[in-house]
Amino acid sequence: MLKIADRTFRSRLFLGTGKFDSAETLKKAIEASGSEMITVALRRVDLNDPADDIMNVLDRTKYLFLPNTSGARDAKEAVRLARLARAAGSGDWLKLEVTPDPRTLLPDPIETLKATEELVKDGFIVLPYINADPVLALRLQDAGAAAVMPLGAPIGTNLGMITRFQVEIIIDQARVPVVVDAGLGAPSDAALAMEIGADAVLVNTAISIAGDPVKMAAAFAQAVEAGRAAYEAGLGKKSSEASASSPLTGLDFIKD
Amino acid sequence: MKITCNGETKEITPDTTLVSFIRDMDLNPDTVVAECDGSIIKRDEYDTLILSEGNVLELIRFVGGG
Repeated sequence: MLKIADRTFRSRLFLGTGKFDSAETLKKAIEASGSEMITVALRRVDLNDPADDIMNVLDRTKYLFLPNTSGARDAKEAVRLARLARAAGSGDWLKLEVTPDPRTLLPDPIETLKATEELVKDGFIVLPYINADPVLALRLQDAGAAAVMPLGAPIGTNLGMITRFQVEIIIDQARVPVVVDAGLGAPSDAALAMEIGADAVLVNTAISIAGDPVKMAAAFAQAVEAGRAAYEAGLGKKSSEASASSPLTGLDFIKD
Repeated sequence: MKITCNGETKEITPDTTLVSFIRDMDLNPDTVVAECDGSIIKRDEYDTLILSEGNVLELIRFVGGG
């Protein structure tokens, strides 16, 4: 079972809750995914739409809430959002996200490290969202991050594991769980992340914008299980030369 | 008297508590976090905090996100 900080998880698929077209679809997709950890964001209430409250459909007792600091452009803004999330009763878990550039949404490594140091001191269980940078992953681990969350590709792009090589180095070096977050566009991307040894994946866009998000959530759940099982089974080595699967002997009878 | 809430000016009566203001906005106090003049207000203080003229209030809550 996956263990992060003091919690264990049966499911290695974490689900983001953004961009679903209805609360009902979101609820069913969470169930179909089997996820035990879901991410949420914090935003100013729209006073003209008070009934639009996601907490009406999400059961806090069933899933661990992982609030993110999306929208934060630097460490200071991220820390402020983190403290608001804690005040909102989500506990100490936090997906730290510092993205100064709205065009790429790539995380700022320096501000992310600064915020991690401050939030760990303040008792938060910090899961930082990072570019797939093995050096930064180690620095964050040393700073007390409970896990590291390297991106497969930029947020919302569905481009898949374009950072595969760097993520493999991160997995090889990490003492904390590695959760591949962002950019996974298809179940096969999630399976690949799991096959190379990721401890879990976090998926949102690929599920929420699918033709049938509930079915896609189930498809990702199966892919994550298959990928994990393959990792545990141990993949065979790749070779540039062919190696016959059928015996090469016992063919004398067909030879002239 | 007037306060600012989420960037909008709101008229309130004297001795309005934070919890009653939140309910007047048709919001659930248990799913809303409040910041008053830049400080986070703890949930157990919602019932006793009396809003005063010129307060700048931010009401925040969880939304879908990745």
